[in-house]
Amino acid sequence: MKYSLDFAALLDYWPVFLNGAWLTLKMTAVAVVVGVAVGTLVAFAKRSRYRLLSRACSAYIEVVRNTPFLVQIFLLYFGLASVGVRMPTFAAAVLAMIINIAAYAAEIIRAGLEAVPRGQIEAAECLGLSKWRIGWHVMLQPAIEKVYPALTGQFLLMMQASAMASQISAEELTAIANTVQSTTFRSLETYIVVAGLYLALSLIIKFATGLLGEYLFRRRRVLRKAAARSARLMVEPGQAKVASHGGAA
Amino acid sequence: MFGSFTLTHLLYLFTSIGWTLVLSALAFALGALGGFGVLLARISPRPWLRWLAVVYIECIQGIPLLILLFIVYFGLSVYGFQLPSLVAAGLAMMVYVSAYLGDIWRGCVEAMPKPQWEAAECLAFSRWQTLRLVIIPQAVRLSLPPTVGFLVQIIKMTSLASVIGFVELTRAGQIINNSIFQPFLIFSIVGAFYFALCYPLSRWSEAMENKLNVANR
Repeated sequence: MKYSLDFAALLDYWPVFLNGAWLTLKMTAVAVVVGVAVGTLVAFAKRSRYRLLSRACSAYIEVVRNTPFLVQIFLLYFGLASVGVRMPTFAAAVLAMIINIAAYAAEIIRAGLEAVPRGQIEAAECLGLSKWRIGWHVMLQPAIEKVYPALTGQFLLMMQASAMASQISAEELTAIANTVQSTTFRSLETYIVVAGLYLALSLIIKFATGLLGEYLFRRRRVLRKAAARSARLMVEPGQAKVASHGGAA
Repeated sequence: MFGSFTLTHLLYLFTSIGWTLVLSALAFALGALGGFGVLLARISPRPWLRWLAVVYIECIQGIPLLILLFIVYFGLSVYGFQLPSLVAAGLAMMVYVSAYLGDIWRGCVEAMPKPQWEAAECLAFSRWQTLRLVIIPQAVRLSLPPTVGFLVQIIKMTSLASVIGFVELTRAGQIINNSIFQPFLIFSIVGAFYFALCYPLSRWSEAMENKLNVANR
């Protein structure tokens, strides 16, 4: 059988596709914001002195990280429905995403918290800062700054994982693709278009998180500017240029 | 009325773990092969090849595996290849896994100190000899923890093959659920099986990472 790609059949559907992309973006944004907030709490709770609490947090993190997202969605949606808790598919999907990303975010932020030198916390204590201010200024902010790339990488993966929400027929890009392909019978073209849209979404998220990072971490910006300035000063005398090329034999 | 969960169901779920493992192994083997190719292209001295690898990695990492699965599954079928779902899933996962493994391994190869390359060059090693005899043996040690960590991801990813009808653990759970409708129980068991597969690997990866960190200290 000879088959040729025909994207013209999908031209009428572009508002539908854009709507799907918007829904996916919205879902991801809500899940990421709430998920990171919950994840931060879990990360602090895991460090707590109360053994029971920290054990419970470890168990939550490990269980979520070692089971597939698809199974989590099924458990949440069908499982809860079978015991009488019914919720709209979109809410169930977002809830599953929050539970999922909170565990990953908690693990990432915990790594960041552990990288904060003990001396800095002690110094803050000596300065008489309150517990909350130490937690916010001395621990959380530098920790987030350190793990920001890992965190945003997780956001991208979450955006991709949201495609699985189509399996409980939550309204998002993949679910919409499934409807479009079943009315146009142009399955391959539909999924190629959707792949392109996901790619565009991930580029948008990468760009947005990059900008946000630039805005949030003033210290990093200042440091980089200073480094650039000193590098310019160093290179100008001409001698430094030779030195920097010395290694590339 | 719906039946109840019996030992037969449990046994059915248990045997379907085998297919999950088969697909994981297939995806890892193919993905490792592809990933090695991506790695070689990514660190190649030819700029256009490097550039191609970057575009490949960026594109694949921006597309959900589910969509890749659909593209491979439907794409091949409209061109007249009716492939079994195992092959379609294996191919889609190969594409996906190779982009990630290639990127992970590139990081490990680039972590090797530059003088190693230079020393090999001084000994008149060819590029391939340098990679094979000097760089890769050292990079493998570094790459083990993230690779095992990614293996966990692969096992979890195989659950997506259920969507195109490949009967592995998740699909088996769905089939049983369709007949007796006890989603809470069934998907808890399915989740527990996945956990039993993934948790040891996660711990192993973590332990190896800690060991490497101590060695570096």
